Formats: sequence, structure tokens, C-alpha cells
Amino acid sequence: MSPRSKRLRKVINPPLVKGFKPYGPDAGKGITEAVNLHFEEYEALRLCDYDKYNHHEASGIMGVSRPTFTRIYSSARQKIALAFVEGRQISIEGGKVYFDSDWYHCINCKCFFNNIEKDQKVEYCPLCGSNKVIEAESEVESSPEEIREDECADFCVCPQCGYEQPHHHGRPCSHQFCPSCNVHLKRKARPNFQQFRHGKGKKH
Amino acid sequence: MKVAITSTGNSHDSLIDPRFGRCAYFVIYDTESKVIAFIPNKARDAEEGAGPQAVQQVASHEVKKIVSGEFGIKIKPLLDSLKIQMIVVKDPDKRIMDIMEMLDH
Repeated sequence: MSPRSKRLRKVINPPLVKGFKPYGPDAGKGITEAVNLHFEEYEALRLCDYDKYNHHEASGIMGVSRPTFTRIYSSARQKIALAFVEGRQISIEGGKVYFDSDWYHCINCKCFFNNIEKDQKVEYCPLCGSNKVIEAESEVESSPEEIREDECADFCVCPQCGYEQPHHHGRPCSHQFCPSCNVHLKRKARPNFQQFRHGKGKKH
Repeated sequence: MKVAITSTGNSHDSLIDPRFGRCAYFVIYDTESKVIAFIPNKARDAEEGAGPQAVQQVASHEVKKIVSGEFGIKIKPLLDSLKIQMIVVKDPDKRIMDIMEMLDH
């Protein structure tokens, strides 16, 4: 059976450079093959060690669960350690990611567009050239595609009254409360998912 | 700078196609030399993955912007990594001519 497909990881700030090279007289004498650091690993390292978020907060930013984030982060550290110790190059590329670019809305021609060059401020509409440009964050959040990115197909459900809310990655159901009964929620889980968990539990 | 516009037909009067991956034609418009090229979309009748195939086709013409009615979920990360800007025009009554006029601003 093929492994479960990976969720797309959100990368807010892509790296400035494509990689790093060792220098000095002995550089490049050992293993010359570069270590491939994925974009999501770079992002995990940036969030954790540069922006100093904890794993829980960072996992929410990247749209993955906390354990997945920790795996990505530890993989990043291992790869960097490997490159440092063996004096290898680091190339930052690949990985299952999508880049977060802001959406804007032009009032003049009523079009939506995104900003590719993050460092430059958007002043003019790329289509009609007018300067009546506003940020369209609310529209983006409510568009069905964006919701699919942040939400999981599963639901958190109240064991008492049956209240349901969509489950979010990185936010455990047991930390959510039912608004009417005020009790902890549980994962609704699709039937095959339940079976899978059950079967896995028996083996151990 | 080259701009791709999704079109329902191969003339100036054609309407903009609201879909990206399964549009009939791409119009490659060079805003500097004013050269226009109509390219039939090869990925139109693909069973699946029409979007990424269409991106490949358009990216081979070195466009910097794409104007369409809607972009699928697989397209955004691709275009972001290729540094191609997406412009979403929600008005289905716009003709290719109108879009080109707007681009000339």
C-alpha cells in the first residue's frame, strides 16, 4: 500500500539564498554531494530558532500537526548537522510546500491578484494600472480553496449533544469545548479511520 | 513583458475563459512589441492534472502574468515557485480585447 500522502506545508518566507557552501582550503575535499534541505525544513527552523515560536505555535502557522512539525524540525537539524560535520554543501529546494502570497483586490477593474515580489509594496493594479488597490485578506479566507488548505476533512464532535465543528490540524479535539455542554470534544473520525486505529492498537 | 490570458476562442472578440487548466486557448500577449499569439490548450481534455500541464505549457513561453477567471488548487504553489503572477478576473463578459486594453493602461 502506498504511504499516506503528505499535507501541503505552508511556507511564509522562502529562503533568500538557494543554499550554502563550505569554504577554506579543505572545502570540497570530502563528500561533494550536497545535502538537500527541503523548504518545509528551512521554514520549521526559521519559525522555531529564528522567530522563537514553540513547536505548537509553529505547527499551526505551517498548517500541520504538532508531531509532524517536530519530525520536520528534527529532520532539518539532522541534515544541517550532517552538512556541518562532513563539510558538505546545503541546497535548499523541494519538499511538499505551498508559498503563502498575499492577495490584493483592485477596486477599479474588480480583479484579484497576488504579490510575487514580497519585498516590494503593491501600489498599482497589474491589470488596469490604477492605484485603488486594497488587501483582500477577508476574501481569500472565505474562498473554498483556502478553507480546504487549513481544514481537515474530519470533525470534532461533542460526545453529549452531538455538536460538530471542523477539525483543524495542530489543534487537538480534546482542547476544544462544546459551546452548549462545555465538555471536551472528541474526534468524529470516518469509519475506516477508526478501523485503522483499532487494528493498529491490537498489534501492540 | 509577456502576459497569458485564457480564452474561449481564437479571436479578439472571444470571451475570457473562466477556467485556467481547461480553457480552450491561451493568448500570449507581449505588452512591449504588441505581438499576440493564440495557442490551443493541449491539456484541455486531459483526464486529470490539466492545471499543472497547462502551467508547463504557459511557462514555456516565459510569461510573467496569467489572467484567468479562476485557478485550481494545484496551480498556486506551482506558479508561486515559478514567480508568475495570477490575476483573477471574475467578470465572465470581458473580451480578450478589453483585457489587452486594460493591460496597455
